[in-house]
Parts: sequence; C-alpha cells; structure tokens
Amino acid sequence: MTLKKWFIALAAAGLSACVTINIYFPAAAAEKAADKIIDKVLSSEQAPKTAPAPAKPSVPAPQPKQ
Amino acid sequence: MKSTKRNFLIALLFAPLLVFAQADLEINTPAIAALTASMEKRHAQLAPFYASGAIGYTSDGSVAVRDAKLIALPQRQAVNQAVAAENADRAKLYKEIAVANSHPEWEGDVRATFAQRWIAKAPGGWYYQDSSGGWVKK
Repeated sequence: MTLKKWFIALAAAGLSACVTINIYFPAAAAEKAADKIIDKVLSSEQAPKTAPAPAKPSVPAPQPKQ
Repeated sequence: MKSTKRNFLIALLFAPLLVFAQADLEINTPAIAALTASMEKRHAQLAPFYASGAIGYTSDGSVAVRDAKLIALPQRQAVNQAVAAENADRAKLYKEIAVANSHPEWEGDVRATFAQRWIAKAPGGWYYQDSSGGWVKK
C-alpha cells in the first residue's frame, strides 16, 4: 500500500513535468527549427553568389604570361 | 489486475523522458515544406534588393521596403508585390509551425523567434529594423 502511494506520487510528479514542458514555448527548439528553414531559404541566394567568384580569377590568371 | 495497474504507473514515470526526446519542433509537414520552397524561390528575386538596402527585415519577422528610390521605377511594382507575397508566406509559415506542433497560440512566439534569426542570419550590408523601428545596416 505504501509502495503504491509512492508510485502514484511519482507518477503525478511525472505528469506535472509533462504539462510544464507542453505549456511553455520551447524557445531553443524553435530557434533550431527557424535556423533550418532560414538556411534553406537564404542558401538559394548564396549558391550563385559563391559560384562565379572562383571562376573569375581563374580566367585572367593565364593572361599575364603573354 | 494489480500488476497491470502498477505497470501503467511505471509507464507514466517514463512519460517525461518521451516528451524530452520529442523536444524538437515539428517542421516536416507538407504545408511548411511548400511555404519554404515558395520563399526559397522568391529569395533569388529579392536578394539584390536586400543587398542594395531597398528592402530589409522588420523587427516582427517580416520584410519591408526601406527605400523605394533604390529600386528602378519599372521594377518597383514587382518588388512591392514580391514583398507582399513574402510577408503572406511568412505569416502562413509562422502559423503553420504553431499549428503543426498542436499549439496555435505559439504563433506569436514563433514569429518573434524567426524575427531574431532572420536578422542574425542576414549577410553583412543588409538592413534590419531594431525594436524602436529604426533601420540599421548590418
């Protein structure tokens, strides 16, 4: 009987922890989720920006040899 | 019968662990994927205007025209429309994330989080609005 009461008390504590987690906004998880989406959106601009940059110096490089 | 009850109580003890394991926010829904793709596509059009300072990030997770004079007159209407479409997508995105996580009331918190992260992730030279509404160059 005492053991049963002990279990019930622990279960109640566990349940209250669940409620606490669900009520408050998970700021850290939201930041992680936001970063994932923002990286995806912004990468569509950064990809073409970095692509032509290394191509430019490779073209004029052979010219000074003449 | 008694042992079933005890097993149930033991299972309840582990419930918090399961909740912690799922602490990541759900963002893998078709609606969120569609909105992200739409914004990704539009970003190529908007990027030069962020870079020139014509448009910038607001403090509430949206986009606004900062200086219309920096946009060539024939392009102005298209940019205004793209900004409006971007803000509509963003509003839907913030709402969808809150709804996908079974907490529609989190929409405002999601928006506030995105507002900070957009600005944090913006490349140098872009403009954003500080909390008092003034434009700041990053």
